[in-house]
Amino acid sequence: MIETKPVGKKRRRTLEAGIVIGLTLLLIFVAPLLLSGFRLGLLGRFLALAIVALGVDLIWGYTGLLSLGQGIFFALGGYAFAMHLQLNLAGDGIPEFFGLYGVSELPWFWQPFYSLPVTLIAIVVLPGVVAGLLGYLVFRNRIRGVYFSILTQAMLVVFFNFFNGQQKLINGTNGLTTDTTLLFGQQVGSDRMQFAFYVATVITLALTYGLCRWLTRGRFGRLLIAIRDDENRLRFSGYNPAMFKVLVFAVAGGIAGAAGALYTVQSSGITPQYMSVAFSIEMVIWVAVGGRATLGGAVLGALVVNWAQALLSEQFPEVWLFFQGALFLLVVTVLPKGIVGWLRDDAVRQIRDLLGLQPQLSTYPDIELDPDVKREQRELAGK
Amino acid sequence: MVQNGFKSFGDGAQDFYIFAALPLSFVVAALVGLLLERSVIRLLYGRPLETLLATWGVSLILQQFVRSVSWAMTFGILAVCLLLFGGRAALNKFANLGPRQKLANFVVLVLSAGIGITLGRSLNGSDALAKPWFSARNVDVTAPSWLQDSISVTDTLSFPAARIFIIALTIICLVGTFWFLNKSAWGLRIRAVTQNRDMSACLGIPTKRVDALTFALGSGLAGIAGCAVTLLGSVGPNLGSNYIVDAFMVVVVGGVGKLVGSIVAALLIGIVSYILGSGTLVLMLPSSEALQPLIDMATFFATTSMAKVLVFALIIAFLQVKPAGLFPQKGRSVEA
Repeated sequence: MIETKPVGKKRRRTLEAGIVIGLTLLLIFVAPLLLSGFRLGLLGRFLALAIVALGVDLIWGYTGLLSLGQGIFFALGGYAFAMHLQLNLAGDGIPEFFGLYGVSELPWFWQPFYSLPVTLIAIVVLPGVVAGLLGYLVFRNRIRGVYFSILTQAMLVVFFNFFNGQQKLINGTNGLTTDTTLLFGQQVGSDRMQFAFYVATVITLALTYGLCRWLTRGRFGRLLIAIRDDENRLRFSGYNPAMFKVLVFAVAGGIAGAAGALYTVQSSGITPQYMSVAFSIEMVIWVAVGGRATLGGAVLGALVVNWAQALLSEQFPEVWLFFQGALFLLVVTVLPKGIVGWLRDDAVRQIRDLLGLQPQLSTYPDIELDPDVKREQRELAGK
Repeated sequence: MVQNGFKSFGDGAQDFYIFAALPLSFVVAALVGLLLERSVIRLLYGRPLETLLATWGVSLILQQFVRSVSWAMTFGILAVCLLLFGGRAALNKFANLGPRQKLANFVVLVLSAGIGITLGRSLNGSDALAKPWFSARNVDVTAPSWLQDSISVTDTLSFPAARIFIIALTIICLVGTFWFLNKSAWGLRIRAVTQNRDMSACLGIPTKRVDALTFALGSGLAGIAGCAVTLLGSVGPNLGSNYIVDAFMVVVVGGVGKLVGSIVAALLIGIVSYILGSGTLVLMLPSSEALQPLIDMATFFATTSMAKVLVFALIIAFLQVKPAGLFPQKGRSVEA
């Protein structure tokens, strides 16, 4: 976004913060009055998905890293929370499903999840660390572009296979259910808890938005955009792009983890299907539809696409895949900037063009009125 | 990525004799690839990530298309095309709208889409027309009888004929591709465009046509691969997605732009994952106390899915040593 007036920068920032806080309050206090319980649950889940979309926007829209494996981090966060809830339910024993496979002792990696604070930290830190590690191993070798995307997809398949196959460790294909489990002595599936999670999701979304805005603003944000637009030139200028990429990939991983945990508790459990190839690519398309490199676009895209999916697949289940496929094609060919980018840059001109109106000319009737000429005249007069 | 779509095209032809099916699947897949290149991919050269997404979109559409294509749908699509292109041609010929031209075209697009969808949906009412051609379930393909036997080398050793046939097919395709790329005139042009597109264009090579040809060729080969895979198992609309990641890993490990790399990497990955996955490693290790942890680990990974985990770890480790693959392309460009 090009700032035309440096003076207006601070005002814009205040305005943006105001809008975010206003929307947050609106979602918490007004939305529950307008929507039925079922729809509110849907909205909560979609808002959780909007959080992942912010992470994807951070790494793809700003840094140019197309990750097709965000599902890994999403699911890791979900599993971390689900494991804690399962342990909560089991009390002193071990979760029920272990009995089915004849496991009598809790696997070692379940132990830390007894405590809630550790779990809450792990939800963000664990996916972040995994993402950082994988990112380090890949970016260090300057693997990028399509090869990076394919590696992340392979990684996704590998994690899916691992979680799908290990019945004795994490219940394999069946996943972990959370609906009947307890948190603070309340059943997670109950209406009250679901509403609490909804509020938590809205607040997390607002905070994540703030974090992403803070990261993409100023020096760090410029560096990210530089990596996207010309990584070699950045390297020749003396920066090490690999470290910035690792950092931003880890941050996006952590964001996805938080989103995954919130999504899991609102959709009654987690299965390895969260790591399916299709789901991770969908995350990318939300951002593409909303508008790359616009944070508002990422949130908007996630909400719009998911509402459309919910409505369309209720009515005509077959049509959705066609629609989704067409969306992929449209977004990359006709609408490369997404909804927000289009509204910002091209909408007025293109609609006028479509209606056959004369394009607005941006020339000046008199050369003396051109701001550049005016400035030059002032400078000359000052000398 | 769109190749998943093409693979499922091979299955319709399988009712024919295998030798008719192979060239047919090549031609059908190549034609679909050509159509795709001309309509979508062409617009996206130089934007590889967007191409990835677009092809994923196409493969979604093709998958669902194969699942639900029926006469009603075909008529609907035909109606849309007819109205759209006919309407546009008529508009351009008979009406001079000046600046309103674009709006008129847009209206025609919306109208024809609306009419086509309504027609398709109304035809859906009758059962005969709405019945899908293929079902969503996987189809078992019976191989020709001479491929169902096995070839005995000695009394105890015998190979299934179908697999020998696939190996032979692979070698033929390989030799064919190698010959085409290195000996034929078009192969020379393809290699020239790969090395320096602008210079090739200046020297009179039709780069657009080379792009289209290369894409069609790649799609055709995917079609043959799909045909071969049907000999090993059942076919369904989701067939390709299991193979696509493996295929790309082969390219990453082998190094881009080298046939030798692809062959060596494919064999390497295949053999390693078989040895790990089938538990052969466990048998190979001598059973002594000192090696017990190693054996335990090998047993832990001795399933097909767990072998994938280990193979991926090995690939990542390998890329630390040779980031550009087994046979890197030599060049002076920064964007290797």
